[in-house]
Amino acid sequence: MLEGLGRNRFLRRGLLLGPALFVIGFFMILPLFLMAYVSILERGLAGGVQWGQHTLEAYVRFLFERDLMDNLVVNIDYLRIFGRSFALAFGTMIVALAIGLPTAFYMALQPARWRNLLIFLVTIPFWTNLLVRNYAWILLLRDSGLVNSGLIWLGLTDEPVRLLYTPFAVGVGLTYSFLPFMILPIYASLEKLDLRLVEAAYDLGANKWKALTRIVLPLALPGIAAGSILVFIPALGAYVTPELLGGSRQLMIGNLIQGQFGAARNWPFGAALAFVLLAIVLCSMMLYLLRFRRAPGQG
Amino acid sequence: MLKRGSNPLWRFPGVAPTALIVFAYLYLPIFILIAYSFNENRLATIWTGFTFDWYGVVLNNPDIMRAARNSLIVASSATFMATLSAIIAGLCMTRDSFRGQQGVNAIMALPLIVPEIVTAVATLLFFVIIGMKLGLMTVIIAHTVFCIPFAYLPIRARLQGMDPRLEEAAADLYADPWRTFRRVTLPLLWPGILSGAMLAFIISLDTFVITYFVAGAGATTLPVYIFGMIRIGITPEVNAVSALMLLVSIAFVTLSFLIGRIQR
Repeated sequence: MLEGLGRNRFLRRGLLLGPALFVIGFFMILPLFLMAYVSILERGLAGGVQWGQHTLEAYVRFLFERDLMDNLVVNIDYLRIFGRSFALAFGTMIVALAIGLPTAFYMALQPARWRNLLIFLVTIPFWTNLLVRNYAWILLLRDSGLVNSGLIWLGLTDEPVRLLYTPFAVGVGLTYSFLPFMILPIYASLEKLDLRLVEAAYDLGANKWKALTRIVLPLALPGIAAGSILVFIPALGAYVTPELLGGSRQLMIGNLIQGQFGAARNWPFGAALAFVLLAIVLCSMMLYLLRFRRAPGQG
Repeated sequence: MLKRGSNPLWRFPGVAPTALIVFAYLYLPIFILIAYSFNENRLATIWTGFTFDWYGVVLNNPDIMRAARNSLIVASSATFMATLSAIIAGLCMTRDSFRGQQGVNAIMALPLIVPEIVTAVATLLFFVIIGMKLGLMTVIIAHTVFCIPFAYLPIRARLQGMDPRLEEAAADLYADPWRTFRRVTLPLLWPGILSGAMLAFIISLDTFVITYFVAGAGATTLPVYIFGMIRIGITPEVNAVSALMLLVSIAFVTLSFLIGRIQR
């Protein structure tokens, strides 16, 4: 049907692909390059930047600070925030894998008519507002919340345990936010699993544990890899969860970046931090693609 | 393939209980939030009785209503533009083949890969530098970018699943390309368009970080307003407005899911 939209194939492709590619190219890719450029500009005196004045100050600032004598002194504050973000994102990934893998396996073992419903139940939380979902965890984790009431009722503790504004709360919130990204890809690779393979393993003398580690897990590996990267990337750049559940002492990269555009008014530094985060994410994506897949957005 | 779910050999210890706990974990916060929104108590800490009052308070709050109106304006504009560009791009990508198609797919998926906070920073800097005043317009543009992949993926999937012989048959029966599109392709593609548009709409309603960065003073959307409320403290109003947002999203996803299941 496309022949009618112009005899020239190139013109036709241009017209059809043009709008989407223009929007993403002009309002996303161009801004990303601009952001990289801003990161090497001199900081403006009252916020903003000074055009034409190039400096690597923003990147130096990441590791050093200047003392009164203008000497560079190592400052690990920012490195510590990056370290915390990595630890939280990695922990989130591990916990999501530990609980997501059995869940996906359970779903794949159900009869076909149940499976669609279960997938639907897993996706619903993902489509609901991230802010609202994290807010719900405030209700659960605060001193008078349901979790603490439960602990007291069970007699495990007499006084409410401090849960909110701890790394634990951030971990719970991050896992909750991104768990569907782990379950769905693993499910997708396990759904195709031919159960006769498991049966063959039993016939050949394997016990359940062996069948699981030698047959099921290797077949789930592409899903595990995809799920891990899909959880790790958004967890690393999280802003809402640490902001709401972590309080001021559990800053992550996202909060540090936001701060540079709010109170700190240091745009080059904020741009540099965002650029570093982007570079980390793109590198991990590349590694994943090289190892497990040919191109993004396929299948 | 063998029938699933029947043979005890395929039951592994711990799998079913873990799945049960995970589903409880996924839904507990949602149920608790909705339950709290009906709590009569002003302090929102203890349960004293059932009431619909807080919903009334929310619906009569002019600031919340203004934010909700902004959200709807942004979501409908962004959905319209994202869906339209996704439809034509999907047609080109599935009915034509050329070098660089993988690259186009990668670009279309880019908004999903780049962390939201990075997109937010880049978009803010871009608007400020080109001198565009922050307001509803900047939010709509930023949301359109973000919504394109969500509209594109279901539409492309539907187009790929279509039988190409139907379009060929229409052409054999002397339908011109436009007529083929209108009478054959579009009716078959319709469920894909609707489900893509609905997903784009929900994503736009929910997107917070990007909006927070590029919304000027007058363009507060509902999530940005709720964020401000949460920072002040836990109130019954926050519970009610959050529960409303949850219910709207769930209703939309359910609809999109049902439409997506329409037989091909």
